[in-house]
Order: sequence, then C-alpha cells, then structure tokens
Amino acid sequence: MSWANGVGTANVTLVVAVAVLVGSGVYLLLERTLTRVVLGTLLIGNGVNLLILVGGGAAGGAPILGRTPIGAMSDPLPEAMILTAIVITLGVSAFLLAVANRSWQLTGDDEVQNDYEDHRVIERAEHREADEETEADTDTDERPEEPGDQPEGAG
Amino acid sequence: MLVLLVVHVLAAVAAPLLVRGMGARAFYVLAVVPGAAVAWAAVRTPGVLAGHPAGETHEWVPAYHLYLVFRLTPLALIMVYLVAGIGALVLFYCARYFRPDEPGLGSFAGVLTAFAGAMLGLVLADDLVLMYVFWELTSVFSYLLVGHKATSGTSRRAAMQALLVTTLGGLAMLAGIVLLDHAGGTSRVSALLEHPPGGAVVPVALALILIGAVSKSALVPFHFWLPGAMAAPTPVSAYLHAAAMVKAGVFLVALLAPAYAAVAPWRAIVLTLGCVTMLLGAWRALRQHDLKLLLAYGTVSQLGFLIVLLGAGTANAAQAGAVMLVAHAMFKAALFLFVGIADTRTGTRDLRELSGLGRTAPVLATATVLAGASMAGVPPLLGFAGKESAFGAFPGDPAVLAVLVIGSALTFAYTARFLWGALARKPGVPDTPVRPIGPLFAGPTVLLALTGLATGCALPYLEPLIGAYVGAYPGHADHLALWHGLTVPLGLSALAITSGLVLFAARFRPRRLVRFTADHAYDQAMRALDRLAVHVTGFTQRGSLPVYLGVILATLVVVPGGALVATGLGRDLFAHAEPWDSPAQAVVVALMLAGAVGTVRARVRLAGVLLAGVTGYGTALLFVLHGAPDLGLTQFLSETVLTVLFVLVLRRLPRRPAPSPRRPKAAHAALGVIVGALVGGLALTMTGARHQPPVSTGLPAAAEKGGGKNIVNVTLVDVRAWDTMGEVSVLAVAATGVTSLIFLRGARRLPRLGRHKPPPGGVWATRRTAPGALRPLRPGTVARGAVRWLSAVPTLSPERRSVIFEVVTRLLFHPMIVLSLYLTFSGHNTTGGGFAGGIVAGLALLVRYLAGGRYELAETAPVGPGLLIGLGLVAATGTGLAAMIGGGPVLGSTIWHAEVPLLGEVHLVTSAFFDLGVYLIVVGLVLDILRSLGAEIDRQVGEEAA
Repeated sequence: MSWANGVGTANVTLVVAVAVLVGSGVYLLLERTLTRVVLGTLLIGNGVNLLILVGGGAAGGAPILGRTPIGAMSDPLPEAMILTAIVITLGVSAFLLAVANRSWQLTGDDEVQNDYEDHRVIERAEHREADEETEADTDTDERPEEPGDQPEGAG
Repeated sequence: MLVLLVVHVLAAVAAPLLVRGMGARAFYVLAVVPGAAVAWAAVRTPGVLAGHPAGETHEWVPAYHLYLVFRLTPLALIMVYLVAGIGALVLFYCARYFRPDEPGLGSFAGVLTAFAGAMLGLVLADDLVLMYVFWELTSVFSYLLVGHKATSGTSRRAAMQALLVTTLGGLAMLAGIVLLDHAGGTSRVSALLEHPPGGAVVPVALALILIGAVSKSALVPFHFWLPGAMAAPTPVSAYLHAAAMVKAGVFLVALLAPAYAAVAPWRAIVLTLGCVTMLLGAWRALRQHDLKLLLAYGTVSQLGFLIVLLGAGTANAAQAGAVMLVAHAMFKAALFLFVGIADTRTGTRDLRELSGLGRTAPVLATATVLAGASMAGVPPLLGFAGKESAFGAFPGDPAVLAVLVIGSALTFAYTARFLWGALARKPGVPDTPVRPIGPLFAGPTVLLALTGLATGCALPYLEPLIGAYVGAYPGHADHLALWHGLTVPLGLSALAITSGLVLFAARFRPRRLVRFTADHAYDQAMRALDRLAVHVTGFTQRGSLPVYLGVILATLVVVPGGALVATGLGRDLFAHAEPWDSPAQAVVVALMLAGAVGTVRARVRLAGVLLAGVTGYGTALLFVLHGAPDLGLTQFLSETVLTVLFVLVLRRLPRRPAPSPRRPKAAHAALGVIVGALVGGLALTMTGARHQPPVSTGLPAAAEKGGGKNIVNVTLVDVRAWDTMGEVSVLAVAATGVTSLIFLRGARRLPRLGRHKPPPGGVWATRRTAPGALRPLRPGTVARGAVRWLSAVPTLSPERRSVIFEVVTRLLFHPMIVLSLYLTFSGHNTTGGGFAGGIVAGLALLVRYLAGGRYELAETAPVGPGLLIGLGLVAATGTGLAAMIGGGPVLGSTIWHAEVPLLGEVHLVTSAFFDLGVYLIVVGLVLDILRSLGAEIDRQVGEEAA
C-alpha cells in the first residue's frame, strides 16, 4: 500500500497550503472581532486537517475494499480523524456564532472585551489591597484577641 | 466490621428524617448505633484477649492492592470502647442538650453519627491508606460539626482553621504513608508492625506521619486550633476532645510506637513536642475564666502527656499511656458534658459568675468532683493509677520525669480552679439560679464519672486489656495497682498534688508568656497566602483574549519550534519532498491561498465569510484529489451549513467591525507568519521522519472483520467508536450551548400554524415594505385548485416569496431525506456514513426554512432537536451497552445474517445502529442551529420591529 512503504514523502503544495491557512488563521485569531476570530479557527482547522492528511502520506485511491486494491489506497486512519474534526468544527463554530449573537445583544457589537474582573484583581495586586479584603472576610472584629481573655463560643 | 460501618452510614443518612419526625429525641435512637458497636466489642473481647484478633478483608481496588481490611487488635479494642461508648453517651446527651427548634439539627445529627462511624473505621483499619481515608473523613466531619453555628463568624473561622491545620498534617501524613508503603512493600499495618522496613527513607516517612499525628492531636506548634474549636456545641467538644478527633493522633502514635519508636527522629520529636505541649497547655489553662476553654487547654496539656507516654516506646510508659488514654477519655468527656449542662441550665460558663452549683445540684456536682479528681490524679481513681505508672516509667530520663511532675502539679491546680469555679459558693456572688436538670441529662456525666471510679478500684479487671496492647513492646511492664508500697512514684504523686494545692491556694494566675501566639502566625500565614493568590492571579489572568492566545502561540513557537530548529539544523527539509501528487492540487491550492489572503484583508464581514468558504471548499477538493471521498463529501456539506450559519448571524451584526483603537497589527502579522512557517516546517519534518510502518496497515483486515468495505467508516463506528462517542457528545453539548445562548427564557416550542395564527405576510418583512404595504395574496387572487407548494408560505412577507424556490424545495425535500438515509446505511460499504447523511438531512431542513420561513420549519420538523439528539445518544450508547451485555467489548459490533423474503440475504451489522445515532445527533445539531440562530432570531427581530 502506498502509505505503508516506511518512508513518507512530503507534498510541497499541500504543505504550502497548510502554512498559509494556519498563518492567516493565527492573524485572524488574534483580532478582537468575534466573527473574525471564528473565521480564524475555521482557517486553522482546515490547515490542520490538511496537515494530518499530509502526515498520512501520499495520495491514493479511496480506502474502500473492493474498489481500490489495498496497496493503492490512501491511509484511512488520518481520514477518520479528520472526518471527526470537520463535524466538531461545525458544532463549535455554531456555538461561537451563538456567542457572537449574544454579545451583539448585550453590547451592540461582537467585540471581545477585556475581562473587567481580571483587571480588578490586577489593580488589587498592584495596590496591595489584599490585606483589607482578608480581614473583612474572616470577621476579625468578632474574634477576641486571645480566646482566654473573653469567653466566647457556643453552649 | 464493615457491617458496623455500613450501619453508621445508614443511620447518618436517616438521621435528618428521624429528627424531622421525632425532634431531638431522635438522638436516643441514633445512640443505639454506637451502642451496638460497644456490644459487638464486648462479645469479641475474650477472643482478642486470648490472642486471636478478629479480622476481615473485602476487595476495594485490587489493581492498586487496596483492600477494605479491618483488624480488631487490643489497641483497636480499647479505642472502640472509647469511641463507640462515649459516642453513644454523647448522642444520648444531645437529646436533652439541644432545643427542638435548633436550626440545622437534622444534618447535625447525621454528621455526628457519620463522624462516629469514620472514627470507628479509623481505629479498625489495618491498612494505612484506608486509615488515611477515614482520617480525612474525620477532618471533614469535624469541620461541619465545629462550624455548626454557620451564622457565627467565630464558628466559621474555627471550623476553617481546624480543617486547614488537620488536612495540612493529613497531606504530610499521606506522603509519609506512601514512603513507608514503598519501603515496606505493603501498606498493611499488621505487616509493617511485624516486619518494620529499614533504610534511609523510613525516618523521613515517620517524621511526615508524625506531622499528621501532631496536627490532629493539637500538639505544639499546631495546638491553637483546639481551643478555637470550642465554638462547637458542647457535646461535639466532649466527643472530639475526649474520645475521637484528637485521639486519632494519639492512636496513630500508640499504633506505630512498638515497631518504630527506636528509629532516629521518633523519640526526639515525640518527647520534645509532648513535653512542651503538656506544660504550655496547663500553663494557659490556668489563665482561663471560661470553663470550656479551661478544659480545652487542659486537653492540649493532656494530649502532650499522652503522646509522651505512648510514643516513648517502652512497655512501662505504654502501659501508663494506655491507662491515661482510657482515664482521660472518661473524665474529660464527663467534665465537658457537665459544662454543657451548666451552660444551658444557668446561662453562663464564666467561673467568676457561677456560684453555689455544688449545693443546688448535688448529684451532678459529686460526679463532677469525681471526674475532676481523676484528672488531677487523686487516688483511688483511674487517673491516679495512670500517673503513678507514668512516674515510674522514666527512671533513666530525669528531664522528662521533671516535666511530667511539673505538668501534673499544674494539672492539679487548674482542676482545682475548675471545680472551685464551677461548684463553690463565692463570697459576694449570689447563688446562680439553675433550671431543673433531668436525670436523663445528667445521666451520661454521672455514668462516666462512676466508671472512672470503678475502673480505678477494679484495676485487675482492666489489666488484661491494657496488658494485651503492652505485650507488643519488648520487655515486661510492672504490675498495675493503686498501691505499690512506699515508692518513688508515690512520693512524686504526693509532690505533684501538694504543689498543685499550693498553687491553687495561692490563687496562682500565670502571666502571658509571649504576646505572639501560634494563632497570630496562622492569621499571618493565611493573609500571606491570600496576597500570593491575588498576585499570581493578577500576573497570569490579564483579562485579554489576544494576550492569552499570544502566550499560547508563543509557547508553540518556542518549544516545538526550538526543537525543530535544534534538530533540523543542517538537515535538508526537502529531502523527501515532491511538488505535488497531481497538478490539479496546485490549481486548487492557488485558489485557496487567494481565499485565505482575501479573508484576512476583507473588512466587510460577509466578504470574509465567503472568502473563507473558498478555502473550505478548496479543502474539500483537496480531500477528493487525495483519495478521501468521505472527507470531501462531509467537508462540502459542512461548509455549506457553515456559510448559511454565518449569514444567519451576520444579518444582525454591523456590516463592518468597528475599528479597534489598539491594534498591534504588525506584531499579529509577524506571529501569523512565524506560526505558519513553523507548522509548514513541522509538516515537512514529520513526513520525512517516518520510519515505522503505520498502525493503519491493520485497518483493512479490521474492516473486513467489522463487516464493512468503507475502511474510514468502519474505523469511525467500530475500531475507534469510543472516539466517535466522545465527538457526538461534544456535538450534543455544543447544541445545548447554542440553545441556551439564544433562547434566553427557556427553550420554547416553535409556534406552529394550527395553534398560533400568524399574521399573513409578517415573516421577514423588510423596513422598506412594512406589513400591509404590499398586500399578501388573498384567497381568490390565486386560481382555484392552484397548488400550494409549501404549507406555511402565506406567513412570508410577499416580496420574500419565490415560487420557483418553493417548487424546487418541495420537489427536492423528500429525495434529500431519502438520500440522507441511503448515505447513512450504505456508508459502511461505500462513501457516506452517519455524519454525511445527517448533514444532508440538515440541509433538507435548511432549504425548507429558507423557502418558507420559521413556520415552515416548525411544520417540517415538529419535534425538537433535544428529542433527536437524545434519541441519537440513546442509540449510540445503547449499541455500546448492548455489546457489553452480550459479553463483548463495549461498542464492539456483531454481524447478523438473515434470509428475508423478497430482499434475499441481509447482513445487519450492529454498528449500523451506532451510525444511526450519529445521524440523529447531527440532524439534531443542524435543526438546533436553524431553530435558534434562524427561527428564534427571526422572532426576536420581528418583536423588535413591532
């Protein structure tokens, strides 16, 4: 069989397609517009699917018994993996687009905003506000300085 | 023994129901459970004393050599009596202690019973890992018990402190257990005691295990959690600090000491910490006004004492320790229970306010004095017998002996202070009014005090039990007795009692030794931890998506990229390269490159989507050219659905994205180029680096066995069916996510024509042609007998209608559904399969929706996507489970041959049902997308326009 001869061959045309798809996808992925981020994941997805295909070796006939002699088939295992990936991409894109729609409902756009809560934590770390917060959390005012000085507790 | 534990679990589960039905009286019922454990222990005692420890083993995780293995050794027997006996009395006492309207009483009763069960399991376990499990269970349950008053900040803090300290120690102990297991080749306690392993690891293991014991038993430097835990209801304090929780550490030391006390760090750790704790606890007990806190610090002191005795590793010390262990459990439980009575019946625990309780409650007072006398070491009580043997157990160690005597003197002094403060009439303080104390309430206290007296007087009957444990030590222990003649220990006892009396008479109230306490250290450590958490979070969580993705991509560039450069230097990347398999590939790729670049450059959203579609369809063509028709088909179909999906969402979004103020475009482009080049380089290296035959050489044969000709499909539904199982689950989750993001107020059924009269011509009306501007077709304007091709089209806005589209849709829909089923079932042997079939059916629905609007969709698919996805999951998992029930591997397939009339010979492969499940799930996903992103958004748009 063509894929099983031990040494693989690299199809330069496909490798170029992989490189360009992944590269463009990365550029789109780094944007803040959610629909463009989704397009980025699609391009990267196509690129990576082709990468798996290239990894499976040279082209051949359809891996269907009786139609192609076993020796002339393309490698079926990467194909099974890619098939799974294609449909997953469909599901995940639908989800991301639903997120984009929700984002539009909330903000009127599909821009990915910075996380406000994370910024608050960064500010707290910079201003050493952790101390006050801790004390408020543990009710230090309720607690006697030393348990012996003031009886306290349940009965 | 497992039965006993199971009974505890059942009782714990039933407890809330019992409390709901019977109120606080439910505790009487619950007390029967540990009571049964005492009876069981009594039955087994003769056998254990005769040298036949009972044991039982059940399988747990045999692959990891984990067994539920229990063993009733003499030490375990002593502990069972204490844990279960005092547990039963405490539960009994709870019935009177709590008012019926106490909040959370039901769960409290359950947790307390569960705690008793966990403690029982801990002392019976003959395997260190199993013991660790029970150990941590007691920590968790004690957390819940101490934090019973959840509304009080003090209570919550104390519970958290106890949990953190004891689980921290528990983790150290687990590490020690793993090391010891490794050194000894087993975690079985009996084996580790019989053949203690040697080697350099053992001292480390013991030190770690001792950290666990010391933290659990509240020894310095972990002593601070115990007084804090006094925030618990008093019965909990009585149980946790007399018989259970803190005794777990003592028990562990007593268990391991016979075999390991001689190993290097053991005695140093145990004696030092024990002595310091004994003095510190007693010293601070003398400073307290709150009776409960006085007892708490007294407990700390006594725990130090117990650890010194049981950890010393000699027969005499161990004998003294075992006697003190029993004595302490009884007197401390009695005293705590007394404090609980005093507290609830007078309203105070402050010894400056209590007065005259000795006169007003004489029976209870007598019992309290008896228990206190045992604690102080006064003859003829059991506490005296224990101290007497302790003073005789360290003849060669004057320093330890001195600490024990000083500690005992302080113990006498704080006991006297306790009894005086609790019972005496004080000058200038009026007698405290006492509400009636029933016999059932006082009963446990009196019983415990009397047992202390009885065991002290009946030492010969106790001796065999203690002796059976002490027999594990080398050497021989002295005879246990109250009177040994005029000996040095007797003199030391007298010295301790006299000095204690003097200290009390002189009203000795020690000053605070240091201002800085371990409790403060705990606070500062917690604060530092919080600060660290904020810093780490602030450093790693920057809150910006591009930053996160940039970090991930940079890691990709640095790590695999670095490896590629390091190994690929000087190697010809193109050694195994060839330009193409067929020139057609180059043509397709050229188109795709144009599409990719165009997608990046497109500023209008829709243009970007269409150009990305070019790369998608191009990929499909490449699949076909490569010899992968299944992939090509699926990619074509899925790309089509995706394009429509994008259009459905994009119709609401602004045409162009708003220009973002901060856009480091050059940096993004550079990262894109680098990652693209890296992945290309990896692809070249990867294909050239292959030197093993691929695993897929076995797939053709597997396909033959799986009864199919299409190897890719058989791989999906049979060979790698688990993968597919996971994948369809992801699809189900994604569909749920889409639904929940669009249907904000719960998933509704789509309105259908029959029930809901839609305004004609209202769907997809544009602003230009508002409803009514262009009149819809009325009955009569169309010739009689004209065919209505789709049932819901009158709901469409007239300018949205296309008769040609309607006719084509009507003609295509059913063939498409048939085709989808054909693809699904023939996919096993030729191009197709559940995925492709599902998408074709989805496209059929899509066409109906586009031609007829949302009412048409509802008419076409009256079932919800949830039903389809659910049925699909049932079919897929059902196939897997059926194969397992049939005795084969999960998801394995079987082939049936049958002769069917008319059809001839039929082969049925069970994996066809699996593929049918995949089909249903994919149809469900597409329908879900159409319903949410299509129909529901239509409805929302319509509402907004109205």
